[in-house]
This record gives sequence, C-alpha cells and structure tokens, in this order.
Amino acid sequence: MDGVHELAGVDSNFGPIPIDPNEPLFFDEWERRVFGVTLSVAYAGLLNFDEFRFGIERMPAWQYFAARYYEKWAATLETNMIEKGVITPEELEARVNKLKKEG
Amino acid sequence: MSNVSLLARPVSIERRGNLAMATEKSVRVRSYEDDVSIRVRAIESILSEKGIIDKGGVDEIIDFFEHKIGPRNGAKVVAKAWTDPQYRKWLLEDSTAAIASLGEEFVGLQGEHMKVMENTPEVHHLITCTLCSCYPWPTLGLPPMYFKSTSYRARCVKEPRAVLKEFGVELSDSTEVRVWDSNSELRYMVLPMRPEGTDGMSEEQLADIVTRDSMLGTEIPKV
Repeated sequence: MDGVHELAGVDSNFGPIPIDPNEPLFFDEWERRVFGVTLSVAYAGLLNFDEFRFGIERMPAWQYFAARYYEKWAATLETNMIEKGVITPEELEARVNKLKKEG
Repeated sequence: MSNVSLLARPVSIERRGNLAMATEKSVRVRSYEDDVSIRVRAIESILSEKGIIDKGGVDEIIDFFEHKIGPRNGAKVVAKAWTDPQYRKWLLEDSTAAIASLGEEFVGLQGEHMKVMENTPEVHHLITCTLCSCYPWPTLGLPPMYFKSTSYRARCVKEPRAVLKEFGVELSDSTEVRVWDSNSELRYMVLPMRPEGTDGMSEEQLADIVTRDSMLGTEIPKV
C-alpha cells in the first residue's frame, strides 16, 4: 500500500508553499503541550521515533491532509498510547467529556 | 537535568517488533467533533496521573526547544567552514564528526548522522524531507512551517527551480540543482557560498549573516 505520506513528486494542487519569516514556533498552547508531552513520553522509553512516524503515516488520507502539523502529533500520540495499553479508549473518552463539561 | 542532556538523551528503539503488529490494527480515527486542545489536555492529564510524565519535565522540554536551540549552531558551523579550510574539508568528508567537534550542544536527538552539501557556482543544493519533516534539530532547531508543508515536500523533487523561485532564489540555467531527501537516519544541511564583500569579517560576524534558510538551500546569504 502506498502511504499517504509519500509525497515526493506527487502532482497535486497543494497550493503555494507557506513561507512566513515571522511565524511562531507554536501557533497555540496545545501545540506546545503536545510537543512537550510527546517528547516526555519518548524520553520515558514509551515511544520511539519509528512508532511516532508510523502513527502519522497510518492516518486516513482525509485526516492527514486536513490536519495541522501538531494535530498529526496529537493523532500519533493518542494512537500509540492506546495501542500500547498505556491509556484505554474508555478512560480517554471519559476524560475528554469531563474536560468538555468543565469548559 | 541540563539543557544539553535533553537533546542528547537517547530514545528507546527496542520496540521495533511493535511495528509489524501495529499494521494489523487500524489506526485510531480521532473524532474531529472534539477540539484537539481538549484531547491533548486529556492525554496529558491521564499520563501525569499515571506518573509517566510530569508537568515540570514537559515545561522544561518545551522551554529548551522553544528558546534554547535554533539555527545559530548551524550558522557557527558554516562560519567556521568559511574561515578554516581544513575544517571545511573535514566537514564535507565527515560532517557528523566535524559538527560534533564544536561542542556537545551540536549533537543529539534528530542530528545523530549529518551530511553537509557544499554549494558552488556549478551546483546548488536544496534540502527537503518528502516523507515527513526530518530535520537536523541540534544545528537548525525545529523546522519552519514550509519545510513541513505538503506543497514543499511534494514539489521540491519535481520542480526545484519553481520552488526556489517562490523563495526568491533564481539560479542561472547553468547551475545544477540537486535535491536531498532527508530521512530518519541521515539529516542534510547546506554549506552556502560565502558572499562577496565579507573578506575582513570575523567568524562571529560571518555567523550573523548565515540564515536558517541558507542552510536549507532556500536562500542565498547576503551581507
């Protein structure tokens, strides 16, 4: 199967290259957090870079192309933590719902 | 933990076996009804409660990558190569060792194996990563948005001159363009040509005119 990430020479209309000399390193606080949390998990020995990339490469195309860069990090972090059994899907959904209610 | 050890700390690679297993499972499809920020908060809070991560450690990592690394290390490498012919020769022959010789903050995570390509009047090098956004963190910091964009990744290898033109770099037809596709094992960096009119400049002054983009091939350094 060709990976959605194999972009070399792909002749699609991806639009102009986003060049912004003044861009911030992180656009939102959650981007900063997902970066730090993912590296922390890696330093803890629970995620290596092959697994990290593979979690992104398996994203469905519609998500892969719609996602912001750090949304891909969020996706692979979630995928890996659940596949490794570190977090169960149930506890994650419960926590998401709790945080949503708290606003 | 020192800042340097953050970059130098190895990441476990003992779990390769999981990759084969993982292909049997479908990737978890995240619900986009949820704000991604809430999902990230949920994951962080659960991992903290389980004692896998702690807030202070996460904050320290963010601070290090946001404020303490960047392209200045790469610029020092370039400036040294411009002023020291022996170092330049070594850098082109064994980039990893020559870069590492400048200090422990020049090596580490995402920069374990380096290859420096020298621009000349005949050849201009352009760096990309078509598969993701592999990038030499210790020398250049975290990659800019364009390097991570689908457009740059798809087009660099097919129409590098058109890509360069979007960056304002126009090369003569006689200059060959070579594109280097970084990967998880090997990271590339460009040694740009030293600009005219810099004869009297010190190594430090030279480092100041070396931009991040000039070390990726998307800019020509100017005085």
